[in-house]
Amino acid sequence: MAADTPRSFQEIILRLQSYWAARGCAILQPYDMEVGAGTFHPGTTLRSLGSNAWAAAYVQPSRRPTDGRYGENPNRLQHYYQYQVLIKPSPPDLQDLYLGSLEAIGIDMALHDIRFVEDDWESPTLGAWGLGWEVWCDGMEVSQFTYFQQVGGHDCKPVSGELTYGLERLAMYVLGVDHVMEMPFNDPQAPIPLTYGDIFHQTEEEYSRWNFDLADTDILLRHFEDAEAECARILDAPAEDPKTGKRIIMAHPAYDQCIKASHVFNLLDARGVISVTERQAYIGRVRALAKQCADAFVQTDAGGFAA
Amino acid sequence: MPDLLLELFSEEIPARMQARAASDLKRLVTDALVEAGLTYASAGAFSTPRRLALSVEGLTAESPTLTEERKGPRTDAPEKALDGFLRSTGLTRDQLEARDDKKGQVWFASITKPGRPAAGIIAEVMPGIIENFPWPKSMRWGAGQMRWVRPLHSILCILSDEAGAQVVPFDAAGIAAGDQTQGHRFMAPEAIKVTSFEDYETRLKRAHVILSAEERAEAIWSDASNQAFARGLELVEDKGLLAEVSGLVEWPVVLMGDIAPQFLELPPEVLQTSMKEHQKFFSVRNPKTARIEAYVTVANRETADNGATILAGNSKVLTARLSDAKFFWENDLRVVRDKGMEALATPLANVTFHNKLGTVAARIDRIAALAREIAPLVGADADQAEAAAKVAKADLSSEMVYEFPELQGVMGKYYAKAVGLADNIAETCETHWAPLGPSDDVPTEPVAIAVALADKIDMLTGFWAIDEKPTGSKDPFALRRAALGVIRTVLENDSRLTLGKTLGSASHDADVDNLLSFFAERLKTHLRSEGIRHDVIDAAFQLGGQDDLVLLVNRVKALQAFLDTDDGTNLLQGTKRATNILSAEEKKDGIEYSLDPDIKFAETDEERALFKALDAAEPAIRSALAEEDFGTAMAGLAGLRAPIDAFFEATVVNADNQIVRRNRLCLLNRIRSITGQVAVFSVIEG
Repeated sequence: MAADTPRSFQEIILRLQSYWAARGCAILQPYDMEVGAGTFHPGTTLRSLGSNAWAAAYVQPSRRPTDGRYGENPNRLQHYYQYQVLIKPSPPDLQDLYLGSLEAIGIDMALHDIRFVEDDWESPTLGAWGLGWEVWCDGMEVSQFTYFQQVGGHDCKPVSGELTYGLERLAMYVLGVDHVMEMPFNDPQAPIPLTYGDIFHQTEEEYSRWNFDLADTDILLRHFEDAEAECARILDAPAEDPKTGKRIIMAHPAYDQCIKASHVFNLLDARGVISVTERQAYIGRVRALAKQCADAFVQTDAGGFAA
Repeated sequence: MPDLLLELFSEEIPARMQARAASDLKRLVTDALVEAGLTYASAGAFSTPRRLALSVEGLTAESPTLTEERKGPRTDAPEKALDGFLRSTGLTRDQLEARDDKKGQVWFASITKPGRPAAGIIAEVMPGIIENFPWPKSMRWGAGQMRWVRPLHSILCILSDEAGAQVVPFDAAGIAAGDQTQGHRFMAPEAIKVTSFEDYETRLKRAHVILSAEERAEAIWSDASNQAFARGLELVEDKGLLAEVSGLVEWPVVLMGDIAPQFLELPPEVLQTSMKEHQKFFSVRNPKTARIEAYVTVANRETADNGATILAGNSKVLTARLSDAKFFWENDLRVVRDKGMEALATPLANVTFHNKLGTVAARIDRIAALAREIAPLVGADADQAEAAAKVAKADLSSEMVYEFPELQGVMGKYYAKAVGLADNIAETCETHWAPLGPSDDVPTEPVAIAVALADKIDMLTGFWAIDEKPTGSKDPFALRRAALGVIRTVLENDSRLTLGKTLGSASHDADVDNLLSFFAERLKTHLRSEGIRHDVIDAAFQLGGQDDLVLLVNRVKALQAFLDTDDGTNLLQGTKRATNILSAEEKKDGIEYSLDPDIKFAETDEERALFKALDAAEPAIRSALAEEDFGTAMAGLAGLRAPIDAFFEATVVNADNQIVRRNRLCLLNRIRSITGQVAVFSVIEG
């Protein structure tokens, strides 16, 4: 109940970590690359493919350059955190497990109105789609809940259940904070209390300026081309490694290049140098990479390849 | 007579799919039962966010016993033939009956198919119906192959009668049917065992689930209206939203909250759209000021604090949403106040309308030029029409319309008013989009008419020029709607313009004749709904040059009224007879009988009377047509009916005397040419 309300942003994260750990998920660490959403983590994109069972949860820092507002907007950030859970096959009680996680972070089901509102998820850059809901708490969207149907152009068999929590928004609601920068990051009673703004206000300003006005578009365009070429080159290499004599398909290094291309595209978009018609073409190019990586991953052991 | 109860319990079904799914379930199950020989008294289907339910009452307990008689081989046929017959009927020789037939003695088999109990039939048809259910979008989950709209959790299927209830044993996609369901997800999640439909509905209600969507909608509407009324406010009606919200809750609890004062000055359409699209809130209006001052949200549960926490949360989300809307509104206003409406439109130079038709800005220029041209024809000032066209779509690049596309036009109106543009120009921003549907009002103010017509005509000529015409069911650019919009705007405003000329000046590359015949087809469809026959429209169209729609429709209506009279029907017959004879003889002789006939070669009184009647009618009809007085023209035709009938009664056209014959054929030609000024009678049926 009220006494159980967390006091800080990090406490909410810690509670989610222990909740999902207690339900058998491997608590992964964030992927060490710039991504637009937690779904890009190979722990979701690649592991949702193939027949091997999987259960993982993790925080993923996510970057959306176009959402930068110099730290002024109470709800919008170009860098924010998502909490991601992926369980394959999706367990029959996934909705109940999810609701349990809301209780764990202090949302009392007896006082709040939780609703599952239709929201079909689609990622044109990942060639992925699924059906599910956005979950509303008192009219506010607090999570995305998706049953993956296809990823990288492959049917998901079995189907993964994916939960994505927008951590800042959820935490602001639970903590009763109106501006993200005012949110306590650590315990407000700590000897050195820090707010979200203490940690991120300056970086929001810096990145907003760089994203919108300074990022060198020629360099970025080159990075995009390079990543695309490198991805193809990696996947073109023969499956058998001449040095070790082992079959080593390099799905993950190739996928890193796909992630890179996707993020560079987002930066170019924020710089406003991509026209409406070009946009579709770029998205199509990233999707082609994602598809090739998915094709490669299902040829590996982790991808359920039975040699 | 047992009753059947079926419930399919799943995770949350999208609201927009529930009603259709319930009626599909009813249709599929009752069709299958009837197909299997059962009958029933009544059936009802229900839906909530988590369940589809079906109640079939007064079901026959079993299907009827059917006896089929089959004719076999002759009794003296080879043994092999008889064996085959026995195999196919499943009978033995001593069960057959030998009867006399035309060709001798023949074996007959009488096969009885015993009736089957209802439970067996239901258990047999149900898995197929569930596994192949026609969801608009379905999914797999877990490791299974089953598809449903969202994961299916349980199936309740019982047959009940005076003796009690029994589970119908079947299994669909690994789920065995049972006699249990669950109540409200949060308020009463325990399992519930049910014995009949009444029991089911009552127990669900006790477990905080209202089964009927209509009942939930009524409860929401009446409770929300009452709460608004109690504060001197009124609920803004929105049937679509009501249906959707009824599909989001099993136990509706209506909560009303205030809109913070800093948002009250936003246009009501902005408040309404933002609240509806993002939050699914109803708007609550102050009837005195027409301002939206409060909102209604519908929660899915009761709480110990009477919804206080829920309402506070909703208000907080709304404030964030409306802060965005206010930000857009103020930014847009700043742009138009500082730099004018045209500045708002500047970015449209970078927005492609269609890759072969240039940018939206280029299209606006074309519309402005065309609106200028159309203006004098519809009583509008050319400068005003051009000015209005230049700003009418400026709001497409506003922040507000980017966020809420459905506010296009409405925002333009507010922004144009804010910079002090004339009222009719501001209104044109909104009304030039009309009509958006067949029952939507058309613009009536002259400047709006000019811009609305120019907008739609530019669309049509543009897509015609690049050969992107609608085909069959494909009309991605809604060109049929645009053409109908032009037709209705012209007709309902009595706007006199020659369409061919206007289309020609809108585009040099479009095939205007082809586009005109597209308009003709749209016009036929439109007039058919007013009860006007398509052949009568053809009779007027085929006169050629009929692209003044107002004139055309007046002619068509007068013609149809005339054809409904006795004179009209007979004149049509007489004219057709004259035309048929004339065409046949012209073909035979290889010449056209188009000289003026001479009364001095007339031999019968009836012939002479027809000469006089034609002499009198011709100038009368001609001048009536020149004055667009189609009633008088038809009356002139009516006067010809008796003399034409009498002429054919008394006179043989193909007289032996060649001079008399030629003269008579030329007389028929006069009938053809005089009636032909009014319509092409030969295409009229009857």
